[in-house]
Amino acid sequence: MTDVPPTAPDRGPVHQVRDSYMAELQRRRLYGGLTLMIFALLMVSGFMVANDRNAGGFWSGISQVGDYPAEVLAEAWAMRADLPALLAEFFPALIETLNIAAVSTLIGAAAGLLLSLLSTRGLARWPRLIGLFRRIMDVMRAVPEIVVALMLIFVLGGGPVPAMIAIAIHTAGALGKLFSEVAENADLKPVEGLASTGATWAQRMWLGVLPQVAPNYLSYALLRFEINIRASAILGFVGAGGLGYELRNAMAWGPGRFDEAAAIFLLLFGAIVFFDQLSSRTRNRLTEGQRA
Amino acid sequence: MLTIDALTKRFGPKTAVDAVSIQVDKPAMIGIIGRSGAGKSTFLRMLNRLTDASAGRILFEGEEVTRLSGRARRAWQSRCAMIFQQFNLVPRMDVVSNVLHGTLNRQPSLATMFNLYPQADIHRAIEILDRLGIVEEAPKRAEALSGGQQQRVAIARALMQDPAVILADEPIASLDPMNAQVVMQSLRRIHEEDGRLVIANLHTLDTARRYCDRVIGMRDGRVVFDGTPAQLTAGVARDIYGAGADFSEAATSTALETLDRSARQRVPA
Repeated sequence: MTDVPPTAPDRGPVHQVRDSYMAELQRRRLYGGLTLMIFALLMVSGFMVANDRNAGGFWSGISQVGDYPAEVLAEAWAMRADLPALLAEFFPALIETLNIAAVSTLIGAAAGLLLSLLSTRGLARWPRLIGLFRRIMDVMRAVPEIVVALMLIFVLGGGPVPAMIAIAIHTAGALGKLFSEVAENADLKPVEGLASTGATWAQRMWLGVLPQVAPNYLSYALLRFEINIRASAILGFVGAGGLGYELRNAMAWGPGRFDEAAAIFLLLFGAIVFFDQLSSRTRNRLTEGQRA
Repeated sequence: MLTIDALTKRFGPKTAVDAVSIQVDKPAMIGIIGRSGAGKSTFLRMLNRLTDASAGRILFEGEEVTRLSGRARRAWQSRCAMIFQQFNLVPRMDVVSNVLHGTLNRQPSLATMFNLYPQADIHRAIEILDRLGIVEEAPKRAEALSGGQQQRVAIARALMQDPAVILADEPIASLDPMNAQVVMQSLRRIHEEDGRLVIANLHTLDTARRYCDRVIGMRDGRVVFDGTPAQLTAGVARDIYGAGADFSEAATSTALETLDRSARQRVPA
């Protein structure tokens, strides 16, 4: 393992291999460096274009980023004595938000389950329609919840039902995609076994596929529930009720009701942390149970 | 050189390695035999500090290895290379990069993430590959190689660490007899030419007999034999494997000639 002079071509296979490897390495490093440079250039130029189009400048505005939260916190701190009463006052709104999330997750997961089985190769009821069901899920995923909710609020009027439908549609599309990827990896032998006994498609799916994929499906559904809590809070802003609606009112009023805004933030933050912890524990248990 | 003092590993109520004490005075080639579940792998993993010991001490040249942590522990791992049964290479990276992973402990993290290694190291990696007879495979992806070639890449990675100790956990258990021979000969050569301490878990008696200077037999986490290959009689082997009187050495062998022999013995009966 002594060091050999660095450049000595045509002195046996080692040097040939070494020279060709070094040449290959130089080329790879050159390409890598160029890619990195182009990436950095794009980032910088994109930032400058965006900054020019903004009403305010990024650098002149960045010092004010903390102003609003500071104002809210200062006022909430000054009126901290009211906070427990406000928390109690807005608690029903939190329940409403959680309910919207829970119902839409349930309905969305059920629809996603059906759509996923219909659009998985090897499992589909009508193999020719796989593409159709996939496109349906694409559309459900592609349209933002807030657009659907606004349309439904226009038709049905404000309230929790339009928000629930909007979130359920998005959930069905998103979960359908994830479910179908899990189902693709399912073992087909039990399904074949059930088919040999004359079972219907629904029986084959329910008894042959679901037991295999259930832990994964549940884990994805729980993850979606967390996301939906946030989504349903945001939909309140457009008049769909729940915590978001109260938050918009409190914030739109401006100074004077910042203590309410703070109370709502606290509730929302607490709820999200709580369900995050709960679902990550449950998901851990599910995946560990799968291993055993 | 290496002193192991009542080294113990417990998994819940089960004791995998039970108060193992071994003294090594000079670099040697040591084979550890025993049936699966005897604690051989756990023992090697504790030596490398991949697994923490429950009790006991490992002393290497006066340094208490079992007590190292953080940077010092990683520095020890770099001096104590490990070779695995399933090779444990990065399949999608080329052979030279895999060998260069042996220098990770000495390189700044950021440079290695962009695959930037000093030219001298790259040259050394290729020389090591040449020494192990697989220099032609240098630019290929590790996954494109056969099992025997992959295990030699793993040995090259270990050599790249320039370690004082090389641990090999069943290095030939997933190889065919021909490749097993090449890999064992490489390990033996590394011990003889570089004077490194090699400790290998082996599942066959004849490999241990043929390549090792010293054989340690483990059963249920305890050392039940420690001596030269010559002292390893059939009766001792039966004791190590916990087998009955019908046990023959050929039963654990994967060498070509013993397979022939046992086949011949069986045919007339």
